[in-house]
Amino acid sequence: MRSSVPLPLIAFAVLVYLFLMGPLVIVFGAALSDTSYLTFPPKGLTLHWFWQIWEIGAFRRTIVTSLQIAFLATALALLIGIPAAYALNRYRIQLPGWLSTLFVLPVLVPEIVLGFSLLRSVAVGSDLPIFATLLMGHTLIVLPYCVRVVSASLASFDFAIEEAAVSLGSPPLKTFFTIVLPNIRAGVIAAFILAFITSVNDVSVSLFLTGPGVSTLPIQILAHVEQFFDPVVASVSVLLMLLTVAVMAVVERTLGLTFLAK
Amino acid sequence: MRRLTGWMLSLPALALVVACLILPVGATILATFAEPGGPFAPYVAFFNSGFRRTVLWRTLEIATITTLVSLVVGFLTAFVVSRAPPRWRSILIIAAVFPLLTGVVVRSFAWLIVLGKNGILNSFLLWVGVVDAPLSMLYTQGSVIVAMVYLFVPLMILTLVGVLEGIPDDLLQAAASLGATPAATFRQVVFPLAVPGLIVGAVLVFTGSFTAYATPQLLGGERQMVMGTLLHQRAMVAFDWAGASTVAAIMVVVTILVVLGMTRVAKRLNPMAT
Repeated sequence: MRSSVPLPLIAFAVLVYLFLMGPLVIVFGAALSDTSYLTFPPKGLTLHWFWQIWEIGAFRRTIVTSLQIAFLATALALLIGIPAAYALNRYRIQLPGWLSTLFVLPVLVPEIVLGFSLLRSVAVGSDLPIFATLLMGHTLIVLPYCVRVVSASLASFDFAIEEAAVSLGSPPLKTFFTIVLPNIRAGVIAAFILAFITSVNDVSVSLFLTGPGVSTLPIQILAHVEQFFDPVVASVSVLLMLLTVAVMAVVERTLGLTFLAK
Repeated sequence: MRRLTGWMLSLPALALVVACLILPVGATILATFAEPGGPFAPYVAFFNSGFRRTVLWRTLEIATITTLVSLVVGFLTAFVVSRAPPRWRSILIIAAVFPLLTGVVVRSFAWLIVLGKNGILNSFLLWVGVVDAPLSMLYTQGSVIVAMVYLFVPLMILTLVGVLEGIPDDLLQAAASLGATPAATFRQVVFPLAVPGLIVGAVLVFTGSFTAYATPQLLGGERQMVMGTLLHQRAMVAFDWAGASTVAAIMVVVTILVVLGMTRVAKRLNPMAT
């Protein structure tokens, strides 16, 4: 038998969840409103504002940039993060303990300080295109997710299987791709998804690294809201929420959602 | 040989962290000590400016209130979630993960619709007749705090659910059978066992709200400038790089102090924790 939870406490939790969900429902409603200003409940229903996203060039361009950056940054971070995670687990005894701490540093340092420092040291004074520095910054901030999630997945991998393959004459690289990688597939997919959504939602690093002609969606939203108070931003927000739903569905399929609670 | 392989495999990631994080952030902090006018001149200037002192104080205040409110709300809610039947528990966890994965900009923007002059809260208050004219709730410290609490409660719930689930039901029943009232059980059994989780949650929320940018920018604007928005304003509007670097260095120092301080508190409250 489970111990009973007092009723007032349950009522409180219900209120908290209403508080958590309410504003998101309101954004959804506001996106459908047939008015030129943001309002809830929506007055009249229209999908006009979703069409508007495409019509406004700045939104169209930044959505493409955000997706490109998120995809490339995640791919790069996995490319360098998987070997690092592998080394951290496989050569645990040979490598110093601070190494794994180093890889989570990008989440420990305030992101806005990181963004400003990248602008100061990397973007200014170098001839790198804006897109490249932006990509560099995003790769850095998603790296901890890649290393940590893949590491967690490798922690339960039995390296004896790999040694068995090698002792039977399989070359190291082939062993990695045919033996190790398939075993940590779920971890890699989860890392990809978490890193991707982190990059898409990032504000503080992009804030300093975007520039003329190259911007990301969250920065464009901030800029738009400062000038206009129309439902376009609400409809973009709905699109981002749909992306979240898609992400959660993938995580649920690969690792189970309880993974996210850890 | 094995050692070398390990280093070789970590090298690319290591190089990225060193080149794009340690060196640039280190350079930002070092630069504040290399200003003409002495090594501490930028800090003297910062603390001599009444406006900047106010900004630092306001940021600390917002972060502290946000942390305390999130702790209480998150703890009580997480307790209910952790004791819910398994099916409900996973639904409630999903409902907390969803906002967490939805971006900061979207979640802060939502409060613009709620708290705005034509927002639903004002419409509601007018309709009920509590007020005669719409209140201006935006660009106040309160609006920033509400949105920050909204931002961080899911994180607190998820941090604490894991800890609270680890407390066996038997323990609570034992307390009850020995005559403890539910309130006493909660205070004397559940709370002490949850301290490590509360500390982790407090550190995450405090550092997150202390260094936030998007939420105070959208809901506080120029009127409620905080460290994050001040850093941006100094760097990108005023092009005052020395000033911006000083703000950045202070943010890093406060973050480190909070992490170290809370770790110490955690050790004192729970000698078993490492």
